[in-house]
Amino acid sequence: MKELNGSQMISEALRLEGVEVVFGYPGGAALNIYDETYKQDHFRHILTRHEQAAVHAADGYARASGRVGVAFTTSGPGFTNAITGLATAYSDSVPLVLISGQVGRALIGTDAFQEIDAVGISRACVKHNYLVRSIEELPRIIKEAFYIARTGRPGPVHIDIPKDITAEIGLFEYPNEVSMPTYKPTYKGNSKQIKKAVAAIKSAKRPLAYIGGGAISSNAAEPVRKLLAMSGIPAVQTLMALGVLRDDDSLNLGMAGMHGSYAANMAISECDLLISLGARFDDRITGNTAEFAKGAKIIHVDIDPSSISKIINADYPIVGDLATVVNQIMDELNSDAGIDPSLYAPWRDTLDKFKALYPLDFDDSEGVLKPQWVIKQTAQIVGDEAIISTDVGQHQMWVAQFYPFNSPRQFLTSGGQGTMGYGLPAALGAKVAKSANAVINFTGDGSILMNIQEMMTAMADDIPVINIVLNNNFLGMVRQWQTFFYEHRFSSTDLSLQPDFAMLAASFGGVGYRVKTKDEFKKALKEALDSKKPAIIDVVIDRFENVLPMVPAGAAIYNMILDDKGKR
Amino acid sequence: MRRLISVIVLNEHGVLARISGLFAGRGYNIDSLTVAPIPESDFSRLSIVTNGDERVLEQIVKQLHKLIPTYKVIEDASFVEKEMALVKIPLSEDFAGLDAILKGYNGSVANSSDEFIVVMVVDDASRIDSFLKTVKKFNPIDIVRGGSVIMDM
Repeated sequence: MKELNGSQMISEALRLEGVEVVFGYPGGAALNIYDETYKQDHFRHILTRHEQAAVHAADGYARASGRVGVAFTTSGPGFTNAITGLATAYSDSVPLVLISGQVGRALIGTDAFQEIDAVGISRACVKHNYLVRSIEELPRIIKEAFYIARTGRPGPVHIDIPKDITAEIGLFEYPNEVSMPTYKPTYKGNSKQIKKAVAAIKSAKRPLAYIGGGAISSNAAEPVRKLLAMSGIPAVQTLMALGVLRDDDSLNLGMAGMHGSYAANMAISECDLLISLGARFDDRITGNTAEFAKGAKIIHVDIDPSSISKIINADYPIVGDLATVVNQIMDELNSDAGIDPSLYAPWRDTLDKFKALYPLDFDDSEGVLKPQWVIKQTAQIVGDEAIISTDVGQHQMWVAQFYPFNSPRQFLTSGGQGTMGYGLPAALGAKVAKSANAVINFTGDGSILMNIQEMMTAMADDIPVINIVLNNNFLGMVRQWQTFFYEHRFSSTDLSLQPDFAMLAASFGGVGYRVKTKDEFKKALKEALDSKKPAIIDVVIDRFENVLPMVPAGAAIYNMILDDKGKR
Repeated sequence: MRRLISVIVLNEHGVLARISGLFAGRGYNIDSLTVAPIPESDFSRLSIVTNGDERVLEQIVKQLHKLIPTYKVIEDASFVEKEMALVKIPLSEDFAGLDAILKGYNGSVANSSDEFIVVMVVDDASRIDSFLKTVKKFNPIDIVRGGSVIMDM
């Protein structure tokens, strides 16, 4: 036990948690914390140029590495700027700890300068939060925060620390273990339920695995791949799950949902047993819930009991950690006669027909660049090791459809919140976590401007990420909806007036390109990779390209718009 | 459908805001909510009266469980439910029959002044409803209901 002030306690606790990097932005209420940050040398601090980006960067770091991301902000606006980052991480179950400064205890409640009820604001978008009320409880709170962030269903935890506590001296003893009588996540699935689920699998004729982001959070990709391989059960993946299965896995039917593949959505509609593995039946997956997997029994595996039967009633609910439960399912499948993958061969034949009927495709052109071509070409150039982030919109869906993801934690995207501005800072976080890997942010001409200031962070801290702007001079996804459902009234979506993105990149000290042809694109990407500098490649694409297939909002997922004749 | 839920939570800063924020944020109804510390423990007990269909109730219970400071959520028990109400009646009213009514609802005169008396009753919430209807004829100046407190059997 030693005497430390609150800021030293924070620093020491981060050391004990093995934190190697913090993304943040200083300010009045965080001065003491930042002074201690300056003095220590066990974690790297990266100054982002906006607090939202600090949290997204910590989020990208966490998703790419599987570790807890950490961010600092000051009080008031510094903190409120971080909220979008917290909401993004909360929706996608990303483990984060945000430490924000708060005005001194004597000033709390007086409407002091840069005072805001931070825990009141963050409550709705974090897994848990704390307002530290005394120096004595600070070590325990930090310990609990990291524990809560990474265990159970992971998520962001916010700690708000009054400035006087960051200077006050107290006894520091970091707890070895967390003892919380009120928080005990369930990891192992109930064995009776697993028996029942396995019996359902064995008697099913058309079983389908529906894999969600939980497969990545719980590091379950390997057991899930094994389960499918041994049983021959085909699978669809959600946006958040891409990479759990290899892109070319013959059992992989692709992404399901609003912009999912024909085969994936038809498989859900035709299956007689849907095995949900860490997915939560988001409305972007289900469409009309009354028609979703209508003829199927549902096995729902989730670590969060509140996800089960929230949207679609589960016939076989199993609460537990996905990797653990999938292993239990495999043990049970193997327990007596095992399982014969040929059992489902007729079902797989049907699905192969769906696949062949409407494969994901696009009309390539030599006259104008197609975004899908750019995405596929990028994958060919950067290879399997590259980490891909996206912003939100058409480019995000094209990447999800056409980029061949082959490993978990390779694809970082804001699924639940759909946060524009996520891509660049998340790419920075990922590059810090995996400095040997190329990191590419696919973005749009709308999204990139939402956190463009992070090009400066990339330069200052030498974090060479490449932004590929699929530029159609539109807020393209909204434009697409306006085309399909609002009679081409492009209300506030025309972005004809734009900065020169190549010059913008150069002004930050990075490298920039504007490309209009295939050759120009290939050359620019190779140059950008070789430059080892932050880069923006502004790719002029077909202005009116649509994302297809598309399930109109609220429609049954088997009612897909497959071509856009007359809708361009 | 009317539902009773008894929740035991860590008695810590902001816990009531978490619970009420959960109901507000997810659009659940609160008919009444009472809270007080459990003697000689670190916990508080909330008595919540809500309404909703099976699916909503299941979500309410699960979401309450999901809150980190929640220790226990009891909803499938049989409960003793009692609510208290205070009613202020002017002295100028004719009190004929009031005594008998009070008796019927475990009531008594809680206090009085030179202008009014305050009567209190303790009973289950639906009986409190009928008591308040009955005493309307005494033209009460003020009525305070305490919200249901419940105990599982």
